[in-house]
Amino acid sequence: MSGLNMIEVRTEEMVLNMGPHHPSTHGVLRLVLTLDGEIIRSCSPVIGYLHRGMEKLAENRTFVQYPGIIDRYEYLTAMFTGVLYSMSAEKIAGIEVPEKAVWMRMIMMELNRIASHLFWLGTYMLDLGANGLLFYALREREMILNLFEEVCGARLLYSYACVGGVRFPNSPTFEKHCREFLKLFPDRIKDYEAIVTDNPVFLERVDGVGVFDRQACLDYGVSGPPLRSVGVKKDLRKDNPSLFYDQVAFDVPIGTRGDTLDRYLLRIEEMRQSVRIIEQCLDRMPAEGAYKAKVPAVIKVPPGEVYFALESPRGELGAYMVTNNADKCYRLKLRCPSYNHTQFLPVAIVGQKVSDVMAIFGSLDVILPEVDR
Amino acid sequence: MNALLDAFFGIPPFWLGAIGSVLVIFLVVLPAVIVMVLWERKFLGMLTQRPGPNRVGGRFGLLQTVADALKLLTKEDFTPKDADHKLFFIAPVLFMAPTFLVYAVIPFGHFGGKDYAPAIIADLRTGVFFLAAVFSIHTVAILMAGWASNNKYSLMGGIRGVAQAISYELPLVFSFLGVVLLTGSMSTVDMVRAQDGWFYNWFCFAQPVAFLIYLICAVAEVNRVPFDIPEAESELVSGFNTEYSGMRFAMFFLAEYASLLAVSALAATVFLGGWNAPFPTPAAIAASTVGMFVWSVAWFTLKVAVLITVAIWVRGTLPRLRADQLMNFAWKALVPLVLINIFATGLLGLWGRPAVAAGMWLAIALFWAYGAARTPRFHERRRRVAF
Repeated sequence: MSGLNMIEVRTEEMVLNMGPHHPSTHGVLRLVLTLDGEIIRSCSPVIGYLHRGMEKLAENRTFVQYPGIIDRYEYLTAMFTGVLYSMSAEKIAGIEVPEKAVWMRMIMMELNRIASHLFWLGTYMLDLGANGLLFYALREREMILNLFEEVCGARLLYSYACVGGVRFPNSPTFEKHCREFLKLFPDRIKDYEAIVTDNPVFLERVDGVGVFDRQACLDYGVSGPPLRSVGVKKDLRKDNPSLFYDQVAFDVPIGTRGDTLDRYLLRIEEMRQSVRIIEQCLDRMPAEGAYKAKVPAVIKVPPGEVYFALESPRGELGAYMVTNNADKCYRLKLRCPSYNHTQFLPVAIVGQKVSDVMAIFGSLDVILPEVDR
Repeated sequence: MNALLDAFFGIPPFWLGAIGSVLVIFLVVLPAVIVMVLWERKFLGMLTQRPGPNRVGGRFGLLQTVADALKLLTKEDFTPKDADHKLFFIAPVLFMAPTFLVYAVIPFGHFGGKDYAPAIIADLRTGVFFLAAVFSIHTVAILMAGWASNNKYSLMGGIRGVAQAISYELPLVFSFLGVVLLTGSMSTVDMVRAQDGWFYNWFCFAQPVAFLIYLICAVAEVNRVPFDIPEAESELVSGFNTEYSGMRFAMFFLAEYASLLAVSALAATVFLGGWNAPFPTPAAIAASTVGMFVWSVAWFTLKVAVLITVAIWVRGTLPRLRADQLMNFAWKALVPLVLINIFATGLLGLWGRPAVAAGMWLAIALFWAYGAARTPRFHERRRRVAF
């Protein structure tokens, strides 16, 4: 070997700045990745590019004004945020919401859950490089948006729930159209499963990829489908039922392995369960009755504080509200699942490959406006 | 044919060949690419419940690609400050050139009558060998573009592109060898001639495994879904061509589609009978120079169009594989399989082509039966959630 000049080969880690403008960071997340070839050695998410001062705005908008703003906080599940804010105020003020309004809120929330999961399904497949399914998922989401439009005139930011009930009465044809959708939708889920779940390339990308540690998930406050994928049966609709969730029958699916495939399967199953819930809601909703409690034009909420949380499609969506007998709340703190999930991301992806970043990040279903508020 | 045109124009045959090839490329391949891009967008639209382009050039968006090309031409030609300017300039050219060289050895039709000869720019005796050699130049261009851009995404795209090209070129070239064994020649014209008569003479029947491997490797060769890791949009933004804009990007884009056309044309030539119809050519058509030409070009075009449509279909359906899974698939599945295929073809070839076909299909049937007996169907072994 003496005749050969061996060249010292030196490798070094590369710092890759992924985002904030990257095709698949779902908004404006910036990930500072340290790469060793294709392996990720460290990751630190940088957030705040979409900060709009949601919580501060709540302090100088009245209880009537703010529902229009909180929709922008989490635009894919605007029904949930509206209900969250209204119910927090109702709990402090002790406002009794008419039965019909509660059923309507539940129907809207579950429809919104399906719409959100559908949007996730389409964009997740985009993350994995398949263009096809997005438009199929959006086709069904469009049907749900049509239902929303029929009820409240808006397709994305609804301002539907208000303190005391819901803002609009039911349209006479809503129930018929909703039942038509519910009849059609399970067959469409079967189509997705035929295209996606039975696709060997898809399975290759997600099966056994991004297995989460149960304890780490609990430590980081992960909630929603990512937490259920590791086998923790935690669903606020069952554990801490608000509205009439204790009066409807539905199952909470949990994962068996905690990998990305489990999180996909969970969301598919949750869509089926949502269909079940909506059917029961439609059956039990009274035909007659008020859709809104009698509240004064200027709502003044007595001093008090409450933490109230809903199971949003992404996880535990909570609000901590403090009031001081004014027409605005004194302080509002929003607890958003996406924030915790983004914080959990480095734990999940260190040691994985670059191609898996999007497979894992996508499976957390993070939405950046919610992280930055 | 050369003699005929020579008498007509008084141009020496060498120049005639050169001019002819340039004409073929610029009057046939470029418009074909434009049609192809439009068809891809239309067909992807159909697959995904959309109308596709429907604004520019009437209801069917016929001028959409032309408009896109004009837009790219008039865009600013941007070079990053810290890029390696020379390499950055050369890369798109080097990417485009081999794509068009490939067309030199693809026989796209046949003249009939007294000018009975195949329509091909250069009938090289080393036809498929030339193809393999020329195609591998792409790899250099991808690495060049990735390196010269001085962008981390580009660099990763370039490296992935090289790794992929090296892995998939091997089975791609080897998949031809079975056909070469059966034909006894590397010339593409000889290969097509060996497939005339009825459709069962096509090599996709005698070499089904090689055909399948070729199709997989061809998709990888032109960097399309599910093998588009060098430009993986959701990971590497646009991979090796991230920093390219305007006409230079258009050159990459054009070359990519021209490569798809080339590999499809090659598949049609080597495995699907080239210019031959699925049945013997009627004598009346074979007697006429132009008639036979139109007839053969039409069949060739049809086959290429079907293959391209399949590629678009795949793109509309499948997600992208991961880089390491891609390498595993190439080295652990395709390479051994193609080597076995060559060995089996050589062995069975001693008893002639029907024996090869019979042996191949028997092996496939046995393998299929074994797999079906051993493995439950997809929806039965689907993992479920617990409650």
